Amino acid sequence: MARVVVDVMLKPEILDPQGRAIVGAFGRLGVHGVADVRQGKRFEISLDGEPTDEILAELHRMAAELLSNPVIESYELRVEQ
Amino acid sequence: MRIGVVTFPGSLDDRDAQRAVRLAGGDPVALWHGDDDLKSVDAVVIPGGFSYGDYLRCGAIAKFARVMTRIIPAAQQGLPVLGICNGFQILCESHLLPGALTRNDHLHFVCRDQRLRMERTDTFWTNVYAADEEIVIPLKNGEGGYVADEDTLDRLEGEGLVVARYLEVNPNGSRRDIAGISNAAGTIVGLMPHPEHAVEALTGPTTDGLGFFASAVAAFASA
Repeated sequence: MARVVVDVMLKPEILDPQGRAIVGAFGRLGVHGVADVRQGKRFEISLDGEPTDEILAELHRMAAELLSNPVIESYELRVEQ
Repeated sequence: MRIGVVTFPGSLDDRDAQRAVRLAGGDPVALWHGDDDLKSVDAVVIPGGFSYGDYLRCGAIAKFARVMTRIIPAAQQGLPVLGICNGFQILCESHLLPGALTRNDHLHFVCRDQRLRMERTDTFWTNVYAADEEIVIPLKNGEGGYVADEDTLDRLEGEGLVVARYLEVNPNGSRRDIAGISNAAGTIVGLMPHPEHAVEALTGPTTDGLGFFASAVAAFASA
């Protein structure tokens, strides 16, 4: 059974206030030397069978239309066995 | 005039929007998210709230609702649509309006009476306002920061598509203080603040919001 992982990140030019808050928390917790944090989303999709070209094409469509908003986000899709 | 008001699971302001339509002289028509027809409405309001729990992204799941598969092509053909707050998010997710709404830059939910300047007053939804009129209506959102790339922002400004802009404070980090935008035809308007909560003196800070709904009734009457 294959697993497909989709990582969704805000595009670099989009402000990430959550990431900025995390940088602040690092500082309060004594962790220094961190320049920036970007927070994203990870989707783990388990397939019934093999990752055929057909299902991967469908998942790319879902990653672009549902899992991410192409106006502000980009995604990466990969197959993990 | 029949104005449809959509209810999704998690919509909050559908009843207030219906009431605002009625106070403005229109006939509100409830549209259920699972509806397959638009019940012959002349315009649609997509109200505020937390459709589908805001899961994934605000408006990301609502754009695939059955009623939206009817509204999106109809809006592209000219059906007037007003999206308020979550409705604005849904219009952006549906690509009926450019840009996106993101987490407030200060990360806090904001709830305040907000002063706005009405900058485009020839749309279906804003024609009773005077140019550059200032109004005060409630604003309440957690993800109301309007973002778009610089080219899109320049185009919105250059073509006069910014409907309303925040005055005094920028409450959520919206680029260029943008509170609301429209399509070129002026039929589709998205607005982060809530005009439907400012239609009666008893419950609103003003009655400034009634103009959005009165504009629709006026535009329909003169069409």
